[in-house]
Amino acid sequence: MTIRGKAFIAGAFEDPRREIPDSSLAQIHADVAIGAVTDAGLSTSDVDAYFCAGDAPGFGPISIAEYLGLSLRYLDSTEIGGSSYVAQVGHAAAAITAGKCEVALITLAGKPRTGGAPPGGSMGDTRAPEVPFENVYGPSTVGLYAMAARRHMHEFGTTSAQLAEIKAAASSHARHNPNAFLRDEVSVEEVLESPMVADPLHRLDCCVITDGGGALVVVSPSVARDLDRACVKVLGHGEAPKHTRNGRIDLTYTAARWSGPAAFAEAGVTPADIHYASIYDSFTITVLETLEDLGFCEKGAGGRFVAEGALRAPDGRLPFNTDGGGLCNNHPANRGGMTKVIEAVRQLRGEANPAVQVPGCSLALAHGTGGSLGTRMGSATLILGAEDA
Amino acid sequence: MTGGEIPAPAPAVSPEAKPFWDGTLEGRLLLQRCVSCEEVVWYPRGLCPRCGSFALEWFEASGRGVVYSYTVIRRGAPGPYKGAEPYVLAYVELDEGPRLLTNVVGCDPSAVQIGSEVRVEFHTAGDTAALVRFRLSA
Repeated sequence: MTIRGKAFIAGAFEDPRREIPDSSLAQIHADVAIGAVTDAGLSTSDVDAYFCAGDAPGFGPISIAEYLGLSLRYLDSTEIGGSSYVAQVGHAAAAITAGKCEVALITLAGKPRTGGAPPGGSMGDTRAPEVPFENVYGPSTVGLYAMAARRHMHEFGTTSAQLAEIKAAASSHARHNPNAFLRDEVSVEEVLESPMVADPLHRLDCCVITDGGGALVVVSPSVARDLDRACVKVLGHGEAPKHTRNGRIDLTYTAARWSGPAAFAEAGVTPADIHYASIYDSFTITVLETLEDLGFCEKGAGGRFVAEGALRAPDGRLPFNTDGGGLCNNHPANRGGMTKVIEAVRQLRGEANPAVQVPGCSLALAHGTGGSLGTRMGSATLILGAEDA
Repeated sequence: MTGGEIPAPAPAVSPEAKPFWDGTLEGRLLLQRCVSCEEVVWYPRGLCPRCGSFALEWFEASGRGVVYSYTVIRRGAPGPYKGAEPYVLAYVELDEGPRLLTNVVGCDPSAVQIGSEVRVEFHTAGDTAALVRFRLSA
């Protein structure tokens, strides 16, 4: 049983705003939902499945389904942090393959910039069994990732300059994106000169904090055939958590070690075949470890890989995050997985900014890392192809 | 920069972990070992995550370990730690195996390195628990 070629992304919409003080969460979910179904050439009355995650307020998916007026025969509220939406494309494809639905809507919305946001993961829930042994020691979000960076440097000789190149590359793409939160290109030196937040991560090693959201519409092959819109074929999906494995955490790798191979195997392709990759970029170290775990380079070689300019569009070996990513464009609700899928869809449709469009892009990867490299995470990998791939 | 300069928030105490926290109030680092498979468990809980057995026994750890990784938090400390920057957040690998999230205290943060040898100390956090922190041995 496989989902390969059994579902298509027909609609994709990223809210162009980065500060939204005057809309409720539900309304932002609605704005992006309408944006995505309109992009697909459909309407909300066509939607028969709805997916959301922990950013959706209220009663799982039902509060937003009510707000939107949806009639549904399938629902899912997988919550694995910022990667939830990447996983949910796979879940939607599986449901479609099983005949459970035909038009699946996935939405994300949040206001961490203007409205404050609850902490991600389990950090705020004292009933969670791990929280009493962690929160009391003052683990900041950046601090947890910083420990992963420090250990990776210790084991593999990764340098701050190599991490900084990841931000510099993203910024070279963001300058072409009129909606990007940070539009100025930065150099490696400027990243290294930015204030140290938690050693060894500087301010510019960190993603932006933005309001906003996005949505996707995943459809069956028969629905896709009838649409005028260029659709993107779902070829493979993998997901896996990584926790501390009985308190023996290894900070140098992520669950992409498991989600990646599963997605590649289902799609029947290898890392060398990928034309474009959206790699979750909460922090520069997140990207670096993920590239290794997905097999784009050997474990420990991520620093050298990026330092050679691999990530830079349009000519690098692996152009990445051509919208500017979470590092420079948008990381709405502190959850970057939706925008990762959306930019991959743009690339496969030939609709990325012309300055960063990968020529002939027909095979792409989108990967999400929800949670923290410093404790526990949920990872999800998608392999996507152009409609006739 | 001594331990007394960072806060010691009280942890929530679950029934399964209560013996651990009672131990901290007595200055003892207690860990669980699975009776069935002999795995040392962390964090304290009611079953062995390796083999699923409910038969766990408590023992006292040496209190010694090494720094597996660390950071110096300089900005953006969470909640009660706001204003306590700079302080050291670290994973300490105990001689017995587990890697504990903790703080290294009692030294200049620049003195902490991966591989630094540390010894446990306990910082009272209310009536029901003391926090498990570490100080450089050297």
